[in-house]
Amino acid sequence: MAVMTYREALNLALREEMKRDPRVFVIGEEVGLYEGAYKVTQGLLKEFGPKRVVDTPIAESGFTGVGIGAAMVGLRPVVEMMTFNFALLALDQIVNSAAKMHYMSGGQYNVPIVIRGPGGPAHQLAAQHSQSMEVYFYHVPGLKVVRPSTPMDAKGLLKAAIRDDNPVVFIESETLYAVKGEVPEDPDFVIPLGEAIVRREGRDVTVVAYMGMMYRALEAAEELEKEGISVEIVDPRTLRPMDAGTIIGSVRKTHRAVVVEAGAGFAGMGSEIAAFIMEQAFDDLDAPVERVTGANAPMPYARGLERAKTPSKERIMEAIRRVCYAERS
Amino acid sequence: MAVTKVVMPKLSEAMDTGKVIKWLKKEGDRVQGGDILAEIETDKADVEMEAFGAGVLRKILVGAGDRAPVGSLIAVIAEPNDDIASLISGAAPPASAAGKPAGQASAPGATSDRPTSVPLQPRSEDPAARQPAPAKSPDGPGAGSRIQTETRREPAPGPSTPVMAPVASAAPLAGGRVKASPLAKKVAAQRGVDLKVVQGSGPGGRIIRRDVEAATTAPAAAPAVARALPGVTGPEYEDRPLTQIRATIAKRMPLSKAPVPHFYVTSEVAMDRAWALREELNALDGAPKISVNDLVIRACALALLQHPEVNASFQGDSVRVWHRAHIGIAVALEEGLITPVLRDCQAKSLGQIAVESRDLAERTRARKLKAHELSGATFSISNLGMFDVAEFSAIINPPEGAILAVGSVRRVPVADGDEVTVGRRMMLTISCDHRVMDGAMGARFLQTVKRYLEEPLRLLV
Repeated sequence: MAVMTYREALNLALREEMKRDPRVFVIGEEVGLYEGAYKVTQGLLKEFGPKRVVDTPIAESGFTGVGIGAAMVGLRPVVEMMTFNFALLALDQIVNSAAKMHYMSGGQYNVPIVIRGPGGPAHQLAAQHSQSMEVYFYHVPGLKVVRPSTPMDAKGLLKAAIRDDNPVVFIESETLYAVKGEVPEDPDFVIPLGEAIVRREGRDVTVVAYMGMMYRALEAAEELEKEGISVEIVDPRTLRPMDAGTIIGSVRKTHRAVVVEAGAGFAGMGSEIAAFIMEQAFDDLDAPVERVTGANAPMPYARGLERAKTPSKERIMEAIRRVCYAERS
Repeated sequence: MAVTKVVMPKLSEAMDTGKVIKWLKKEGDRVQGGDILAEIETDKADVEMEAFGAGVLRKILVGAGDRAPVGSLIAVIAEPNDDIASLISGAAPPASAAGKPAGQASAPGATSDRPTSVPLQPRSEDPAARQPAPAKSPDGPGAGSRIQTETRREPAPGPSTPVMAPVASAAPLAGGRVKASPLAKKVAAQRGVDLKVVQGSGPGGRIIRRDVEAATTAPAAAPAVARALPGVTGPEYEDRPLTQIRATIAKRMPLSKAPVPHFYVTSEVAMDRAWALREELNALDGAPKISVNDLVIRACALALLQHPEVNASFQGDSVRVWHRAHIGIAVALEEGLITPVLRDCQAKSLGQIAVESRDLAERTRARKLKAHELSGATFSISNLGMFDVAEFSAIINPPEGAILAVGSVRRVPVADGDEVTVGRRMMLTISCDHRVMDGAMGARFLQTVKRYLEEPLRLLV
């Protein structure tokens, strides 16, 4: 195990996979000479050359389409979105071509593409660049959607995504790139897609959260421990396919659930998770499932308002107390 | 080919379990749709249960003398070569074996596929609509016909749950729903705790797991020891098990008295002329004998037509006003009170009312009422006149909006001008649901009843 940043873990995953498989190549804006807007592709151009690290014009739909075409004929492209908000420009390519090609060609073509880049609220990136973009993708049959919360997951899941024969949407976070953690150096270390992980064991309530919200839930759990509330935290890691089994297993143990998501709540990830908990674990619930979500508003630029829009540790703690029928101490 | 599930029928609104008195067919008998399979004791009457499908009575799951929750599988009718094993393994054990969960692995579909009950009674203007309607079978006549697959599900305990718990039945009565978390219900069912007696500590009084756990760990009452005093022998008290009727009353009355805001209006009625008329009518050859209560029923039926606001049910966001007078007539039995229903009293003559109410009362005492005669009243009358009671107040039987309590006809001194003479007087007290009506409405209704009884020829026209 080595300790490295989330950014370095992604870089390591790319390098290992490019070494392992000559069909893997990186394409996107500023991925080569500039080494990536967030330096995820640092050193790759030098190591693998311009045929495998391709700088493109500012044209998301175009270079995503290039990636899909390359994948259809046997390559394994990793397409970088400078921020995932820009993927809106390539939505038709991702939704209508990448996701459906295998189905519509009757299995003649599969599209082993990874589309990766940062998404979700960061620090004062304002309304257009702070969106929780996963909601646009996990609805689409044919796409896998990954949101890795730790450096180890970033490496293990990116490698699994590159090796997967289906299109994978892999959304990182600006706020996590500098987070450090232990990462296995074994080039064969992968984390299978579709497996959730229990980040913290607890007795009284299951909190489902990923990315920045997972860290906030961990802080809430530490504080609530002092109030005698034991919080279990489950990180789904892959949103689609969702590992409902791990979440349901945890709820069967704790009998209560709180789902946290950074984006707005309406028809969000929390709605889906709350629904399947209700469907599969109704008789185990001692309280209604609570959702803690971002406010239903565009992300404000002002720092104070940005903080107010996004779920805080305090709001997570309040929701946990409510489902535990605990008075505020 | 077709497998017919025989389930414990729901024969009255309040019924949540029933007892098989005896089976009239035995396993292996061939039955036709309409054959009488068994006699069922409900909370109010003994009712014959007919087969709703043809075939061989393959399996009896609830033996004579055992109880089962409404909607639970009690027998299976099928052809000899049909596989009924999965059906039977999903069935709940009879309540006499309650306390022990059924050992079978529960097929997830087994409970949800279970048809609820046979003649569930939808509220309807038309009493005929309360009868089960035959449903056509896709397999041809007789095959599984008339088995109802109601979408409304009684929350009958699942196969892994002891059946004894009345908890899961979370009575669908007005104001009677017990709010409990799903987990609390499960734990209560496992431990045999009646959720109706558990105090909920969650939001809005929701019963949560810790409430059920607290209820089960509460210390049991210490057994009382009879103290021997000189001249006093024998036990100090005895605990009599509740009869089915008493248990139903005990369950239902708090659902009326607590949530329904009662008010009472009392009026005295001069019964001299009604008394004289009754004597005259009863002296007629071959005419039915008329009781004072029959006069009261007739007077109420006519008055209810004029004051439909009293003939009304509270429904949360609306009031259902009935245009027909289905009158419940309280009949006292040793085991408790039963209120069979005399339908469409507004359209019946005094003689008809006399004949039918006598028949109803006799069959109530013989416990031979039919299911539809036990529910659907829009108004009730309780008469304690035969016990020499001057006046009393009754508790409303929801969803009805009012009940009339009738005292004895007494001979009392009355002022007649400046003279004191002897007259016959009767006290009437109406209990009204204040959510449905106000004092003046109750008073006006009572005034009309009084007028009918004091000018009794009106009852004949």
